Amino acid sequence: MLLAIDTSAGTGVALVEGDTILAQRAVEDTRRHAEVIGSLMTECLADAGVAVAALSGIAVGMGPGPFTGLRVGIAAANAFALGAQKPVLRVVSHDALAFGHYASGGSGALLVTTDARRRERYWSAYSGCDGHVLPVRSAGPGIVHPDALECELPEYGSHFRVDAEWVSAGAVGLLAERLASHGREFAGRSPLYLRSPDVTLSAGPKRVTS
Amino acid sequence: MNRSAPLVLGIETSCDETGVGIVRGETLLANVIASSMEEHARYGGVVPEIAARAHLEAFTPTLESALAEAGVALTDLDAIAVTSGPGLSGALMVGIAAAKALAVSLDKPLYAVNHLVGHVGVDVLAGDELEYPTIALLVSGGHTSLLLVRDLVSDVELLGETIDDAAGEAFDKVARLLGLPYPGGPEIDRAARDGDPQAIRFPRGLSLPRDLEEHRYDFSFSGLKTAVARHVERLRDAGEDVPIADIAASFREAVIDVLITKALAACVDLGVPRLLLGGGVVANARLRDVAAQRSAEAGVALRIPPLSLCTDNGAMIAALGAQLIMSGHEPSGLEFGSDSTLPVTEILV
Ligand SMILES: [Zn+2]
Repeated sequence: MLLAIDTSAGTGVALVEGDTILAQRAVEDTRRHAEVIGSLMTECLADAGVAVAALSGIAVGMGPGPFTGLRVGIAAANAFALGAQKPVLRVVSHDALAFGHYASGGSGALLVTTDARRRERYWSAYSGCDGHVLPVRSAGPGIVHPDALECELPEYGSHFRVDAEWVSAGAVGLLAERLASHGREFAGRSPLYLRSPDVTLSAGPKRVTS
Repeated sequence: MNRSAPLVLGIETSCDETGVGIVRGETLLANVIASSMEEHARYGGVVPEIAARAHLEAFTPTLESALAEAGVALTDLDAIAVTSGPGLSGALMVGIAAAKALAVSLDKPLYAVNHLVGHVGVDVLAGDELEYPTIALLVSGGHTSLLLVRDLVSDVELLGETIDDAAGEAFDKVARLLGLPYPGGPEIDRAARDGDPQAIRFPRGLSLPRDLEEHRYDFSFSGLKTAVARHVERLRDAGEDVPIADIAASFREAVIDVLITKALAACVDLGVPRLLLGGGVVANARLRDVAAQRSAEAGVALRIPPLSLCTDNGAMIAALGAQLIMSGHEPSGLEFGSDSTLPVTEILV
């Protein structure tokens, strides 16, 4: 049984076991991650009537997603895991979207995109899924202006395209359960920011006298 | 929960230090700090996004070493305290998210506390009872504030603060225009060692009679920074040598003079013969010397916590949390957010 968190768009928390979502709570507002994350976790545990000790791990979406919100979910997952003494299972948030697509009967090449703000989209491409319905990512995740997608992914016209508003924590949890039960690899420890911090190196102090 | 000497974990991520501290009542058990200062050096100041990313990376190892240093387990804790403001919001959010997740996973009460009041509260860890009321002067790269503390957990008033740059920021900017590296405080200090603090009379911000009417306890360092820049440019334009030591010493003297003059004026005006210093700029030895000398002359008792507790740290947040618990305050719940401009009157959110 996993507590799953994804904050790559809004804030989502879910409790999953095997192929079942036991509880799921979400707040769509993309500016209130830090405010709502704690209550969503207690509410999910209460909804499902599950004690922290009964969990086998914490699943978390590592993005891609806008920095500030994405970090809230990852920080919460890491700390929750320390408190509960359970492992963190990290997944690429786009993979959860692709998993949802294939698990509900989709097939073939898939392009997933989510909002990266500043008129750009995060994207990932999948060639299909394997025998366990686990998505096979063929390119990405990347960040691009929608008009330039064709350069990044020349064959993108042949992909079924999903422009998602939202990554469900339930899907993150279900994917993590499936990856764990088949002994697959999880995502790395680094958040998928895909953008460098906004900083400009100044050329030195400006003159104050003319 | 043990309310007489609670075991409290404190989490601080308001600027560029990831701090985790553990106290039992008024006893310090651990104070571990990871700083991202070096990552900001090439930009000449703290870059909020770089600081926030560093907090996320540093949090787990910092917490683990604090637990090891204190010799306690997370399950032993009575409560968790976290800085909810003031500070950089993206940075604060990392600590808040972690604190909430710990509180939920451990089923412990959570206290969201004020960073500035934490700088005052840390003094309880230094031994000797802190007497109230006291004036507190808090000086760092992020804040320059003068407080009247009538009671640590219930009555703190902001007397004044900087209206532009923080004092530490002024050190960074002047170091930069003198060609010295970041962070500016220790560099200016080093350069000033052989300088004459009276060589150049730089302006004391908001100290003229007409400014004092409205800004008696406020600070301003941007005019001073411009005055130093103008002085350096005039010398360079004339092809003269720039006497770095004298400029550094004179600049430092101007900053310290205005800080201590205003703090002691508050002591005299309000009849409070006690002054507490806090914040990273307290590391400046000249500031401590001038404060000691002029406080003694004014009959004001000066308190300076150990330097490791003056810079931003988690122990001060744990200490304030413990004081709030010992005085019977209820926890904050889980709904609070970050507040980059949290007023000092909100000691507990
Ligand atoms: Zn501070």
